[in-house]
Amino acid sequence: MTAIVNDRPQAAATEQGYNFAYLDEQTKRMIRRGLLKAVAIPGYQVPFGGREMPLPYGWGTGGMQLTAAILGAEDVLKVIDQGADDTTNAVSIRRFFARTAGVATTTRTPEATVIQTRHRIPETPLRNDQIMVYQVPIPEPLRFIEPSESETRTMHALSDYGVMHVKLYEDIATFGHIATSYAYPVTVDGRYVMDPSPIPKFDNPKLDMSPALMLFGAGREKRLYALPPYTNVRSLDFEDHPFSIQAWDQCCAFCGSDSSYLDELIVDDAGTKRFVCSDTDYCTQRRDAQEAAE
Amino acid sequence: MYVAVKGGEQAIDNAHRLLAKKRRGDTTLPELSVKQIRQQLPLAVARVMAEGSLFDEELAALAIKQAAGDLLEAIFLLRAYRTTLPRFGTSAPLETAQMRPTRRISATFKDLPGGQLLGPTFDYSHRLLDFSLLAEGEHPGPELDPQAELATCPRVLDLLAKEGLMKPERGDDQAVPDITREPLEFPSGRAQRLQALARGDEGFLLALGYSTQRGYGRNHPFAGEIRIGEVEVWMEPPELGFAVPLGDIEVTECEMVNQFVGGQGIDPQFTRGYGLAFGYAERKAMGMALVDRALRGAEYGETVQGPAQQEEFVLMHCDNVEAGGFVSHLKLPHYVDFQSELELIRKLRRAPVEQTATAEPNAEERRA
Repeated sequence: MTAIVNDRPQAAATEQGYNFAYLDEQTKRMIRRGLLKAVAIPGYQVPFGGREMPLPYGWGTGGMQLTAAILGAEDVLKVIDQGADDTTNAVSIRRFFARTAGVATTTRTPEATVIQTRHRIPETPLRNDQIMVYQVPIPEPLRFIEPSESETRTMHALSDYGVMHVKLYEDIATFGHIATSYAYPVTVDGRYVMDPSPIPKFDNPKLDMSPALMLFGAGREKRLYALPPYTNVRSLDFEDHPFSIQAWDQCCAFCGSDSSYLDELIVDDAGTKRFVCSDTDYCTQRRDAQEAAE
Repeated sequence: MYVAVKGGEQAIDNAHRLLAKKRRGDTTLPELSVKQIRQQLPLAVARVMAEGSLFDEELAALAIKQAAGDLLEAIFLLRAYRTTLPRFGTSAPLETAQMRPTRRISATFKDLPGGQLLGPTFDYSHRLLDFSLLAEGEHPGPELDPQAELATCPRVLDLLAKEGLMKPERGDDQAVPDITREPLEFPSGRAQRLQALARGDEGFLLALGYSTQRGYGRNHPFAGEIRIGEVEVWMEPPELGFAVPLGDIEVTECEMVNQFVGGQGIDPQFTRGYGLAFGYAERKAMGMALVDRALRGAEYGETVQGPAQQEEFVLMHCDNVEAGGFVSHLKLPHYVDFQSELELIRKLRRAPVEQTATAEPNAEERRA
């Protein structure tokens, strides 16, 4: 299996009439200034002059703007959606940067220098020379408790996070468990409560003390935020109801992994279920290793 | 191997080719030209320019053609082009009093300087399908007086303002903010609000304006004046030191006269709601004017109770490119999040609590 995806155009074939990676340099500088602020204040939502992108809002325009702002000609880009490299929108975004920046793209997590993602963190541990870029739909963790932006900004300023704990407590009182299974809120470096984007809570522990820089971009809401490498990230919980992650009774039907996040497939009309790794690259790597060992 | 939900590059390419085929339709019929769209669908062109925030009739017509007539898609295309354009500067304020209107009406005075000028309008037309349009042919306009010229006329609300009956609007001499470069922050200024409304979805503004008429933030509007026509755009380049005209654009301006405010030493005065849109766009300008006035409720000490009066609600939801994008993203795969919800709901069902769960978990709403 070839790892480098063959959609890298020749240098001359890079999209005519547009700057490297689509955005003009002034816009990239504006975004980088925002990113520096975001790295300096981990978990704080920095407003930025988000631009209209040629892809629809809600389809990763925030992540794309961050990727465009940090991408260099030597970077190797990986794009995943739901953990997979071959979902339609991941294909579309990967092609966009292959077209406008002419960068190399890959599906292999260890080979990538920049990984743009929607809803997953790769199972393969990240390194400190890699950057994760998250697509964020609603950056405000308090939004569904308090719809007003003026109010939530004040609440963050005052570390007024009691309502969030009350909400989690009400879940336990009603359901016996915290009924949030993805976009599970975290406290960053003991200060800001942050939405880790709609990753399953299974992925939350990967944020804590990660060697890789994590950048979050919300295009429609015009906010960006960051986790610098080796930042303390704690999922909200209670002493008597500690945070826990999803677990499956099954293993991956392809690679046999018992520790990765599994997607549930319904394979026939009788509703027979199979479970497979959501991270397609991780699954492929494991199967390749198994074949090599045989 | 399970591939049904995965889309290959070939599938995407084929989808685009199928779309191109659908757009072209029956190839035995002549292809629609951009010039025809520009000339014969001028109101569609106007809407795309207004909500696309770019005055360029040819590109708007091209976008309509490319979008196969889906105006929101055309607006999106024009926006995505506009965002790549450099900013040369800011024009001088439009002098709409200098407009030579092709249409100008006032609902507040039976007659007034400049008169009532109906111009081309759907008003008073009986909405009966005109089957003669099924056949192609000439549709000559009325006889024109070759001597007649369009003339400027004073703005109706300025006449009221002269008498001191209209609350004066004062500029703050601040640089004009650009909501397409700087994010909106709340509370916003009126310049930002008017920009957002000018780009806002016509249907959304129409419905919100309508809601104020039905009592959700009522403020007694009268259509003080609606005028449509070309105005000159002037700009002062810094290196010149004086303003030069850039060209003419057609705009629709609507000024609503609203219920008065006063008291505490201030004489009772009418207030104003303002709407402005590129091209011939009366419905948009009226909706915008109603919502602009509703959003000034807090400024005038009115109780904020209707959705149209709530700044964050209106401004964060009036943009159809943002709304269309976020709604359409529900088509993207969500199986990772859904899997986590499945896992959770099975866990909750395995360990029933004494209380019957009546409410859906909030987590449901967070799916995105």
